[in-house]
Amino acid sequence: MADTMQFDLVAPERNLMSVPVREVRLPGEDGDLSAMPGHAPTIVNLRPGLVTVVDAQGAESQFAISGGFAEINNESVSLLAEIGRKREDMTQDVFDEMMRAAHRKAKTAEAKAASTGAEGVVASAAKLLADMEALGTHIGLDPNSSNFPD
Amino acid sequence: MPSLKDLKNRINSVKSTRKITKAMQMVAAAKLRRAEEAAKAARPYADRMNAVMAGLASKAAGSDSAPRLLAGTGEDKRYLLVVLTSERGLAGGFNSSIVRLARQEAERLRGQGKEVSILTVGKKGREQLKREYGSLFVNHVDMSNVKQLAYENAREIADDVLERFEDGHFDVAVLFYNRFESVISQVPTARRIIPALIEEGETAEGVSAEYDYEPGEEVILRDLLPRAVATQIFTALLENAASEQGARMTAMDNATRNAGDMIDRLTTVYNRSRQAAITKELIEIISGAEAL
Repeated sequence: MADTMQFDLVAPERNLMSVPVREVRLPGEDGDLSAMPGHAPTIVNLRPGLVTVVDAQGAESQFAISGGFAEINNESVSLLAEIGRKREDMTQDVFDEMMRAAHRKAKTAEAKAASTGAEGVVASAAKLLADMEALGTHIGLDPNSSNFPD
Repeated sequence: MPSLKDLKNRINSVKSTRKITKAMQMVAAAKLRRAEEAAKAARPYADRMNAVMAGLASKAAGSDSAPRLLAGTGEDKRYLLVVLTSERGLAGGFNSSIVRLARQEAERLRGQGKEVSILTVGKKGREQLKREYGSLFVNHVDMSNVKQLAYENAREIADDVLERFEDGHFDVAVLFYNRFESVISQVPTARRIIPALIEEGETAEGVSAEYDYEPGEEVILRDLLPRAVATQIFTALLENAASEQGARMTAMDNATRNAGDMIDRLTTVYNRSRQAAITKELIEIISGAEAL
């Protein structure tokens, strides 16, 4: 078996990254998972979080993503994320923007639930918000600085 | 017969028009290259999204619990036409061809007794449709402040469309845009986005059925469908942007050439008139001399 696999990080606007890797650690919706060469073909939903990529030389790099999904098969991983940024590029401003989007989503979900009684949307929006906060705390950014008006 | 001075003025004004159209053509060419690159860069995401969608949808299509974005509302009565046009004119038939297609479709649907509502993106389409269908407009998205198309723009439109769908305002959504084929050929296209249209053949070479799905096929599908709508709108916006520049380039190229022809024609007339004036003066002098 080959010891590397192809990893593509794809955003809607362009391909962000396409390199051979040894391992990719993904923030799955139901828990983190690692993909290594020879992984069973899987499609997995991702929550907002950090993706760790171990390249062919064993060097690690990290990306923050805003959710998305990954297509894993035994020789490649394709990650489709709406927003994907290098951890170094994740500034408070960028993160604030992501937080604001999550807040907005939670707000509209609540409003909708109040009028229609659909509870599911609130739960998923709240989870998104919580995941986003966790991501911020994890990389040392303040989730409360986005100043979203209540 | 216009005077020599009039002709001269006329030639000068056509010359300056030619300068402008020439400049617009070159700007359009530069923008076209950028728009084409953007469309190309966005292709991997859309392709993969479609492949995964095709795999999932073919599985879910048969089941009763398939999401409404895929299976539809079960009705086929109310249509939302999303018409993507540009913010600026002087692009040949670019906007008119989209509007014509949308109008035909609207007439056809209304002829069948369906309800039609229209969401316009871009000023030009709105202007052209307003008089006839103004009462059917549900929303207008202004793109005049958008310099570089981003996925965010498409997502905002998608969110709006999806919300209307969730609230039960329509059963079927169709997207109208110009598909970019080449600089001289842009094809007005209507594409159904809700319920999701799964392209035949993609399933075969796309994702095979061998995948495991986490957390589950249905959850992923429900998550994926809204994204697929946004992705399709994004693709259409990019194609449209490239088409717009292509159409403008061709239109301005024609305009530049026409201006050149016109200058040639006017110059011929000008020279002839000048010669006629000189000849006339000579005749006058000679006849005057002979009379003496």
